[in-house]
Amino acid sequence: MIADIGVAVGQVLVVGMGAPLLVGVLRTLKARLVGRRGPSPWQPYADLRKLLGKEVVVSTTTSWVFRATPYVLVATTLVTALIVPVSSARPPLAFAGNIILLVYLFMLGTFFLALAGLDAGSAFGGMGSSRGVAVAALAEPTIIVAVFALALRADTIDLGLVVERFGQEPWLAANPAHLLAFAAFFIVMLAETGRLPVDNPATHLELTMIHEAMVLEYSGRYLALVEWAGAMKLFLFMSLLANLFVPWGLTGPAGPGAVLLGLLALAAKLAVLTGAVAVLETTVAKLRLFRVPELLAGSFALAFLSLMAVILFR
Amino acid sequence: MFRQLRTAIRTGIVTEPAPQGGEIERIGERLASEIARLFGRSLAIRQVDAGSCNGCELEIAGLTAPHYDLERFGVHFVASPRHADCLLVTGPVTRNMAEALRRTWQATPDPKFVIAVGDCGRDGGIFRGSYAVVGGVSDVVPVDAVIPGCPPSPATLLAGILEAIGRPR
Amino acid sequence: MDRLAYGLAALIGIAATAFGSYGMRGDVGTLRVAWLVPLGGLELTLDPLGGFFLALIGFAAVPASIYAMGSSPGERRDRFAYLVFVLSMCLVPLAANTMTFAITWELMSLASYFLVLHDRESKPSIYAGWVYAVMTHAGLACLLAGMLLLGAWTGSPRFEDWRAAAPALSGTARNAVFVLLGLGFAGKAGVIPLHVWLPLAHPAAPSHVSALMSGVMIKLGVYGLLRVSLDWLGAGPAWWGVAILVAGAASSLIGVLYALVDHDLKRLLAFHSIENIGIILLGVGSAVLYHGAGLPAAALLGLAAALYHTVNHAAFKALLFLGAGAVVHATGTRNMEELGGLIKRMPWTAACFLVGSAAIAALPPLNGFVSEWLTFVALFQNTHLAAVGLNIVFILGIASLALTGGLAMACFVKAFGITFLALPRSDAAARANEAPVPMRLAMLTLAASCVALGLGPTLVIPVLGAVAASVLGQAPPATVGDWLTLRVSGGYASLSTLAIAIALGAALLVPFAALPLVRAARRTRAYETWGCGRIIQTSRMEYTATAFANPFKRVFDFFYRPTKHLDIEFHPESRFFVERIEYENPARSIFHDWLYRPALDLLRVGARAAGALQSGSANLYLAYILAALLLMLVLA
Repeated sequence: MIADIGVAVGQVLVVGMGAPLLVGVLRTLKARLVGRRGPSPWQPYADLRKLLGKEVVVSTTTSWVFRATPYVLVATTLVTALIVPVSSARPPLAFAGNIILLVYLFMLGTFFLALAGLDAGSAFGGMGSSRGVAVAALAEPTIIVAVFALALRADTIDLGLVVERFGQEPWLAANPAHLLAFAAFFIVMLAETGRLPVDNPATHLELTMIHEAMVLEYSGRYLALVEWAGAMKLFLFMSLLANLFVPWGLTGPAGPGAVLLGLLALAAKLAVLTGAVAVLETTVAKLRLFRVPELLAGSFALAFLSLMAVILFR
Repeated sequence: MFRQLRTAIRTGIVTEPAPQGGEIERIGERLASEIARLFGRSLAIRQVDAGSCNGCELEIAGLTAPHYDLERFGVHFVASPRHADCLLVTGPVTRNMAEALRRTWQATPDPKFVIAVGDCGRDGGIFRGSYAVVGGVSDVVPVDAVIPGCPPSPATLLAGILEAIGRPR
Repeated sequence: MDRLAYGLAALIGIAATAFGSYGMRGDVGTLRVAWLVPLGGLELTLDPLGGFFLALIGFAAVPASIYAMGSSPGERRDRFAYLVFVLSMCLVPLAANTMTFAITWELMSLASYFLVLHDRESKPSIYAGWVYAVMTHAGLACLLAGMLLLGAWTGSPRFEDWRAAAPALSGTARNAVFVLLGLGFAGKAGVIPLHVWLPLAHPAAPSHVSALMSGVMIKLGVYGLLRVSLDWLGAGPAWWGVAILVAGAASSLIGVLYALVDHDLKRLLAFHSIENIGIILLGVGSAVLYHGAGLPAAALLGLAAALYHTVNHAAFKALLFLGAGAVVHATGTRNMEELGGLIKRMPWTAACFLVGSAAIAALPPLNGFVSEWLTFVALFQNTHLAAVGLNIVFILGIASLALTGGLAMACFVKAFGITFLALPRSDAAARANEAPVPMRLAMLTLAASCVALGLGPTLVIPVLGAVAASVLGQAPPATVGDWLTLRVSGGYASLSTLAIAIALGAALLVPFAALPLVRAARRTRAYETWGCGRIIQTSRMEYTATAFANPFKRVFDFFYRPTKHLDIEFHPESRFFVERIEYENPARSIFHDWLYRPALDLLRVGARAAGALQSGSANLYLAYILAALLLMLVLA
């Protein structure tokens, strides 16, 4: 019991403390790829620290929904951190949820964030909300169908069990259905976490913002919470992508050695994924807003093909 | 895509070393050490164009380019004053922009400071005394530091901003 | 004194819930009064499925009646019609032969027709009532045809006898009956393309009636479909299940797509009812297919998911309609573009509406999520079916359910955000007052039930599983996990909304504990919204509902086929100055253009041609009578 609580706290700490580092490494890599020295990978920690020291300016048109949203975002990502297999194949709250719950927990966060965007009563916030929920809604069929492809092969939708069963399969990486599902999931990850080519996290032009426009009104500790939740969401999506499709290092016998191995494996996989995202973000331009549904439809087609491949070659 | 990557790898990092000895005029009563303590490692700047000729903006735009690279010091530009710690104001404040500048300053959460850029920001520059101009930035919002020049080069700007937050030391 | 009728209806609701619960537990009973009704007599039977729907009706009728006590009493005609409506709805699931069913069904339709028409002066109300009357009676015609045919072929008008005799009928006979009865019940349920009356009738009726119509009346269509596909006719060919599944997928997607571009608060909710009926039918269709393929566990799962969603939808749709009614009561308008900022004037209503919105958007840990999760898991079981064609149908169903879930969330961000948040867009919204106590009580009860149904699936599933098992003719399911966790099909999936809720609650407190630890600043200052330094902020600068729905209108424009009307009035002195701009971007309904208008035109042409028979000459009419008499003498 104590060990379980320890594992849960540990996993939350890994996700919570590691997420800003992930974002920092991504920013540094992107800078290096365009010939700049770029910020230090530890910069997001300094940013969060500074934000915590600032006052909060709250708009007079807003209501309690605006003030509650940062806490809801943090809460949903922390609970998700307990369901995703991060460094082991037995996440703490595995009994409570599975992939479908994951998708809808993220939607809970998006729901409140979109409401907060509308709450301020500015056109920017409304625009961000409208586009944000459109992208989230259109990305959903892809996730569910890709998840179904995985669940079909593993005969379960429990995340930990999927990782375990895939870990026992030797030629997983060569399976075309697996690769197609990975590609579909990768595109959805870019859409849901607001990275290029769907949304530019570093833009200053409000008319090009999707996620950033919803947080324009936040300041101080609220902004720190929202940024932290965003970093954790990226960390969790990447961990999910890494561990579901490349389950190495997670399926050893239990014990402190296994935890260390799991963390090292996670770090290695996240490093590779971060590098891939950095290269992609540096070389690809942001899509026009009304081209994004075409991209998401393409990812749905990939997920559908993956599923067909699994069904036909059962 | 690969051609871009090849060029990037071949060119390498072109960032120049940080300029030393920034000259700024401090006019605020705020202690330099206090600003340095709060924002020495992370600063968010919101640039406000209060009627400038855009000469200063062109120089400021160079700050995020690879040669000057403001980001390596933990300084970055933000879109909303709610996210900002520092207002970088250019231009003599025209009558049309005076109220907007005041509201931007009010919308920025404390603790914050203001840097006025260029001769126009200091006291109106070559537009001083015009019917359309209020004066320098300090006539509208409290200013903590001024970076003089018309326009100040990116190196001067960089040195000035770093001096304001107490880096590099 | 004039609220007595509503109190009586609430008592009937409580009695219905009690009776229904007895029925669900398996305490069956029959009441027969042979002389009351011709052609078979009055016969009422309580069995688990009927008991479930009876309890459902009672569950929704009580808050609706309490709510009605808080609104204006209305005319005596309306109160009487309401009482008849509730009573007849309670009797429909109990009906055990054709005549009883037809009478109770028609009473229900007539009572609701009068309630839809309660605002007798307005043209939209009259049109809504007329379309409703036509569609419901067309459905009744199909139902009567099907039931009378089945009665003729099996030799008895009693449902009990159909269960025994129907499997012996020929395949074409059963298919024909399935089609007729299916069409009739689908029309009542609001399945695409028979849905046109729903978005007209539900907004026109007063809110407590809309809550009942959306919450339980259309579920009686589902009740009928369940009886037809699983009970009366025995196991059928696979295309029955496929038809229901495809109808469900189409309804869910099309319902939510129409809701996205609608800015009338109640019509939006009506379209969402179509969407949720679609989701229920996905569960029913999968149950029918699994039952026919001999997969009892999967069929049980599908049916339990459908029944759960039926209850959940009754809960949150009633809540949403009552909330919308409170808004209309306070502001006098249903148009979202004129509302806004109501969360500050009507905090209780806003909080209840938020719970309802989160529930219908299937957000954990509320009830909508649980039933959608169950539906997904049921649909995922299709891997056990061998036919690849069926697998593809299921995959399309899964994809449509996923898309529907996302779009429903988007639509309710719009509905809640535009109606309740930011600044009021009209004077009426700026002067709104909180709803009276009975309305608030009703809404709070339903909100609490949404939360309870979401946190307690481990208590609800065994009950629904028993009902589903009795319909499918199986033994009730073994344990489905413990009090905390719901476990499905041995390790395939598990869910614990209670654990998630507790985890969310704890996680919400983490920032509260952590922020003081990192010595975060606690100052808060109020200031205006950031508007790039503009001088004033009015409600004209907010996002509108039309703008919010615009990305969807553009992405799905092949479906909406929107038309644009732009009317610019220039200043009389100069074309450089504009006085007024009017912009409209309505979506066109493909069903109106491609189905109903051609059908109605055809009907009109046919009627005009048939009008030639009415020449007006009495001699010709006598000749008709003679000919008909001779024909019948020959045929007999």
